Amino acid sequence: MTKETILKQGGIWAFIVVELIFFSVAGEYLSVSDKAFMDFDNMLLLLKQSAPIGIIALGMTIIMINGNIDLSVGATFALSAVVLLDSMTWPFMAAMGDWSIPLAWGFALLTGVILGAVNGLLVWKTGVDAFIVTLGSMLGYRGLVFMYNGEQPTSHLNWTLVDFAEAQFLGLHTATWFLLVAAFVLWFLMTRTVHGRNAYAIGNNREAAVNAGIRVGPHIMWNFVLIGFLASLSAVVFYSESGSVNPNDGMLYELWAITAVVLGGTKLTGGYGSIISTLGGVIAIQLLRKGLGHIGADTETVNLVIGLILIAVLFLDRQLNRKGKEELKI
Amino acid sequence: MAELTRGGVGGFLARQGILVAFAVFMVGFALANQRFIAVDNISGVIRSSAILGVMALGVTFVVIGGNLDLSVGSMMSFSTIVVLDLHDKLGPALAIPAMFALTLALGAFIGFLVGYLKLNSLIVTLGMLSAIHGLTLTWSGGKNMDIADKEGTWFAIFGQGEVIGIPVPILIFALLAVVLSLILGKTPFGRKIYAVGGNGQAATFSGIPRARVVFLTYVMSAFCVATAGLLQASRSLGSQNTVGQGMELEVLAAVILGGASLLGGSGTIFKTVIGVLILGFIQNGLLLVGLEFYVQYVVTWVIIILAVWLDIAAKRGRLLSPIA
Repeated sequence: MTKETILKQGGIWAFIVVELIFFSVAGEYLSVSDKAFMDFDNMLLLLKQSAPIGIIALGMTIIMINGNIDLSVGATFALSAVVLLDSMTWPFMAAMGDWSIPLAWGFALLTGVILGAVNGLLVWKTGVDAFIVTLGSMLGYRGLVFMYNGEQPTSHLNWTLVDFAEAQFLGLHTATWFLLVAAFVLWFLMTRTVHGRNAYAIGNNREAAVNAGIRVGPHIMWNFVLIGFLASLSAVVFYSESGSVNPNDGMLYELWAITAVVLGGTKLTGGYGSIISTLGGVIAIQLLRKGLGHIGADTETVNLVIGLILIAVLFLDRQLNRKGKEELKI
Repeated sequence: MAELTRGGVGGFLARQGILVAFAVFMVGFALANQRFIAVDNISGVIRSSAILGVMALGVTFVVIGGNLDLSVGSMMSFSTIVVLDLHDKLGPALAIPAMFALTLALGAFIGFLVGYLKLNSLIVTLGMLSAIHGLTLTWSGGKNMDIADKEGTWFAIFGQGEVIGIPVPILIFALLAVVLSLILGKTPFGRKIYAVGGNGQAATFSGIPRARVVFLTYVMSAFCVATAGLLQASRSLGSQNTVGQGMELEVLAAVILGGASLLGGSGTIFKTVIGVLILGFIQNGLLLVGLEFYVQYVVTWVIIILAVWLDIAAKRGRLLSPIA
């Protein structure tokens, strides 16, 4: 660990600590409620609320390390949610009772995998930039969501499912466990496997990766499958509890996820980034939302602050790495 | 596959694909429903595309310069809310220039960050999307904005008026398209934008002030956004805070559909106008043949991918990407 890596990777955690101190102190004077900000239950809730965007952001990290971007995750999230809730009302599924739950999860996850594979195949085979492909499928997948059930919300409440989603194991909520386990698995994938190493290599210098004999296409494709899977996992986690999905749900999730990933220090240009730092970015954003609410700031301030922090992070990051000033254009 | 690059039917299809597709769509819809080619329908489509179109004109400048602008939707909400609010406080004659000044200031700020500080435009404008949304909500206090006296104001002329039988939004869109097309195609400034987007380093070495050119593309984009906000405000005389939400991506879709490369250095105002019209007419045509509005999302998806794919295929001379 050189000084530089500590500075870069520790930045987001230092920021979280600053946020915690700031909101705790400011909360003493400004908060309308008597509860302390650093309340244990409050923090547990915060982790749970971070899960939906967080799980997507983990996938986005891998996509961005790989040198791509995915704007369609919000729509994938919504379509998986619709499939999850709707599939439980199918006659043969309803007849199965609670055994339909794992099957419904399977259908939802399969939806995400297929949508991700479509993106990946298009990026791989057509050579069209991932930004354009996923911009298109963001519209297209959203259209599919609407075509599934019109403008009506899709609802199905299964109490076994709700109990499961609201359960706490070792103090942590189900959603938090999903987030942590996903983070661990992806951390392992990116730092301890050949696929992870190749993903960094491709993002860092695609030409060199090709010359080194890495099959770039399939790697890109599998990463899109992975983010599709994670977007639907996020939907599974969230809608198991809420039980109702609007066709507009998940809009702008891609932007929130990208914000979290960039806050965590991952480079848009590819080849650099870390799963753990993204987890920090997700928590930092959620802290900011909750904290601003805690000190009585209006919700509108959150957007303003997050936007400006994003730009500030970009600026600081540039100052810290003067070397990498030849940034690849999107 | 050499004939894909020059000459031959395939080459023509690939290069002018977007115009061909447009023609096919128009003929198809016209056959399916006579009303599609009625004059009032066509005028109606162009009129409702005008707001998106005006924004797309500005984004074309930014994209040709090699950058992205994801903040236009949220900036358009800002202009709309501001001009509606100031209308009642200052009167329309002062409200309009004040709104333009504020929007241009936002554009200049983005231009400064991307042009002079050389920050990544995708992230900067993503951040500004969020920040400007916050600004709009702060300005309005989260409430909808309405003009008190909707009957007694001349402000409605921009969105609802007609001059010699042509709706004013269409006139403004057309006028702006012609002027910007001339700036882009016939002036040294226009050439510099292409140069900066095509090869920034080469442009710098040939003495083009890259930072200033990029800065100015964002100012022009903000000017277009302010105009779009004016049209929107004047058309509805009242607005929500989220009126422009999501438009940044529709605008980008129109620009890409028009054939501007996201790598910068290519694209024209004329093609962007075609892109905007395609989106507008597809939406209208699908509605007229009785399909729901969301079917257009799926159709737009297919068209965008096909358009860009064919464009790239024509350039590299083969259909599939050579990467393993």
